[in-house]
Amino acid sequence: MDVELLSRLQFAGTIMFHYLFPPLSIGLGLQLFLCELSYVRTKDPAWEAAARFWTRVFAVNFALGVSTGLVMEFEFGTNWAAYSRFVGDVFGSALAAEGIFAFFLESGFLAVLVFGWDRVGPKMHLFSTMMVFLGSVFSAVWIVVANSWQQTPAGYKIVWHDVQGEMMPCAEVTDFWAMVLNPSSVDRLTHTVIGAFVLGAFFVASVCTFYLLKKRHQEVARRCLSIALPSALLFTGLAAVTGHDSAQKLIDTQPAKLAAIEAHFHTTDEPTGLYLFGWPDTENETVHFGVQVPNLLSWMVYGDHTKPVPAMDQIPVDERPPIWLPFQTFHLMVASGTLMIAVAILGCWSWYRKSYENRRWLMWLVVLMPLAAMTANQAGWVTAEVGRQPWVVYPSVQDGVQMMGMRTADGLSESVTAQQVLSSIILFGVIYSLLFAIWVFVLNNKIQHGPETVEELAEHKRSLLKESLSEAISHGGTSHGSMMDDEGTR
Amino acid sequence: MSYDTLTLIWFILLGVLLCGYAILDGFDLGVGILHPFIAKTNRERRLVMNSIGPLWDGNEVWLVTFGGALFAAFPVAYATVFSSFYTAFFLLLTCLIGRAVSLEFRSKVHSDAWRKLWDGGFFLSSFSAAALLGVAGGNVMAGMELGAKYHYQGSLLGQIYWYPLLVGALTVSLFAVHGAIYLYLKTEDELQARVRKAITPLFLAFAGLYIVVTIATWWHVPHATENISNYPILWIVPALNALAVLNIPRAMKLGKPAYAFFTSSMVILALASLFSVAIFPNFMLSTIDPEFNVTLYNARSSAKTLQTMLIIAGIGMPCVLSYTVIIYWIFRGKVKLDSHSY
Repeated sequence: MDVELLSRLQFAGTIMFHYLFPPLSIGLGLQLFLCELSYVRTKDPAWEAAARFWTRVFAVNFALGVSTGLVMEFEFGTNWAAYSRFVGDVFGSALAAEGIFAFFLESGFLAVLVFGWDRVGPKMHLFSTMMVFLGSVFSAVWIVVANSWQQTPAGYKIVWHDVQGEMMPCAEVTDFWAMVLNPSSVDRLTHTVIGAFVLGAFFVASVCTFYLLKKRHQEVARRCLSIALPSALLFTGLAAVTGHDSAQKLIDTQPAKLAAIEAHFHTTDEPTGLYLFGWPDTENETVHFGVQVPNLLSWMVYGDHTKPVPAMDQIPVDERPPIWLPFQTFHLMVASGTLMIAVAILGCWSWYRKSYENRRWLMWLVVLMPLAAMTANQAGWVTAEVGRQPWVVYPSVQDGVQMMGMRTADGLSESVTAQQVLSSIILFGVIYSLLFAIWVFVLNNKIQHGPETVEELAEHKRSLLKESLSEAISHGGTSHGSMMDDEGTR
Repeated sequence: MSYDTLTLIWFILLGVLLCGYAILDGFDLGVGILHPFIAKTNRERRLVMNSIGPLWDGNEVWLVTFGGALFAAFPVAYATVFSSFYTAFFLLLTCLIGRAVSLEFRSKVHSDAWRKLWDGGFFLSSFSAAALLGVAGGNVMAGMELGAKYHYQGSLLGQIYWYPLLVGALTVSLFAVHGAIYLYLKTEDELQARVRKAITPLFLAFAGLYIVVTIATWWHVPHATENISNYPILWIVPALNALAVLNIPRAMKLGKPAYAFFTSSMVILALASLFSVAIFPNFMLSTIDPEFNVTLYNARSSAKTLQTMLIIAGIGMPCVLSYTVIIYWIFRGKVKLDSHSY
């Protein structure tokens, strides 16, 4: 196998694995913040138990997000050195901004969030939770900006450097804000973050509904559901709106991607329909088993149901992306989204009518929804990334001038061999499989254990008080209550 | 500000980030290296892990930010260094993941075998991460088989020979001393007494390796002293190094462990400065032809980006420093176990 294919597989694999965690961290961060805000406002110990519980779940997830994210940052240099030299000036600054503005904030206040429950007051703790949540959102901002710049580059020029006798191109920033706010940044960012909020809301709703079904921790579960279900409704709706905006932009910025996700092979004078599902066949340029709504794509793209949408035949053959994969992942994302909207509406309606706990089929559906949300998040990324191939940096048009892009094949590290890449894939395949198993195992452990009861929490606080008193008396001797020798509950 | 001044500022800022990483993650890697030898009971093992519990994650961010800043300020250096150290860096990543997971998951299941597994993982990943960082540093110091147009022509095995291995051993011993002093500050009673006893032999091992590596560098890396002989004022750097190293036993004897910890941080700072002075103005030396060196000037970003990044750093770094101080303040004092510990 060649280095390009292996490197692409490696990048796809490591980023999809990484992307299991950040959306859940961002989404859960918001739910956690809302729980804790309710606690600080109401002083209700059930809210506190909820917040403490979600903190523990959050911490497990966050640790994996950080360590798998470090891999991504290294991979640009290790596997894509030529790409890194080409775009370092632009892409690197977004990554560095992420480090300075987001990572320090997250990891610093994570310490207070996780270890600070009994060390700082509730308000300081709430503040730390907010900082961790904001940090995770800032992180998304800079990463999506960096990625969007590759899709719809702006605010740069190409400069040629003489490298030991050979002229090599290099992208240089001319306008920082134009680079940050490139044509797709805002749409993609809102869609991505909202996708994460959907996952967080459904994750909390799922766990709490599971508790209700099993008649455990019902007090805490009902409180959390009263936040999670309405947020699921709000964010699934917003996801549909922002997703539509992103897709609509494609006609101007990445027409090849639009043609690919709709398997639109031939340009005609007729208005274009929209496939609900199908099986694209690139070789024969047709779609098998396709069910199409006439005129709908024209209407979605232009708001005019008679205007035809240009197809893949407008794109030079060597610049066409694969079609089957983006088509399927795009439709999978839309289908999961539609399902989630329906479940959210039903869930909120039944909750409002107080009949939620009588509809066991609906409750089981909600329990399964995090899978749909995870699928939609992952499928969205695959659509975005495969749909822009064969380009790693899209050749954009700026002020009527065609700018140079970079093909994925030209972005590789020259000195890295297929064997090296293959061995790193095997190494990380093993590590990531283990990590995944442990993550599921530990997460399940936490969920099975559940939040503390209000009585347990009160007992815990009494023991803390007793301890600090005895410590004050003995001037900081080694007092440790009986529970201190137990394993932690983190 | 001129382009060359900006370049120099970014070289120094990267040095600051790298020192920040080495000083902060240095002590928690050191704690990991000492973990199996210092802690005897399960309670002690938990105490040792929790001494770095709230901090190690934030400490590692210095490395992440260093990577990002190198990417932005000197993309050519970032790309060349990372692709040349391909396998070594993947092993380093494995260690860093292993460490995070060991700390995070050790106490999640009540089983002796489970705990033993993660205790082993914690030690092994901390030790290997420190050693790999040192080996990479040794290679950068000695130069690598860098061909034309930044193509690395060596192999992983070419990076493992006596000199980088010595630097790796030096790094492990330095972090172990640094970590031991930190543990001494954070522990009490029996455990603290055991840590105290370990500091002297650890220091002697470090000091011995320090002398050996200094001589080895003189002999194996002749270019390392070029800058110092050209600018005699730079003699101050090795002099400060020696003073800082000797001050560790002095501070411990005076019974001032906080001062000793400050001193071991200064040793790291001094060593990093010595390293920068030795390689300046290069990032990577080619052992094939000096023409192929990756230098500050052929690796840097445009002046515009360096300037923008300086503004970003100017806004970001004061924030970073202020919440670092807040976090260390909140978690000051002796380490205690509670229901939120590992």
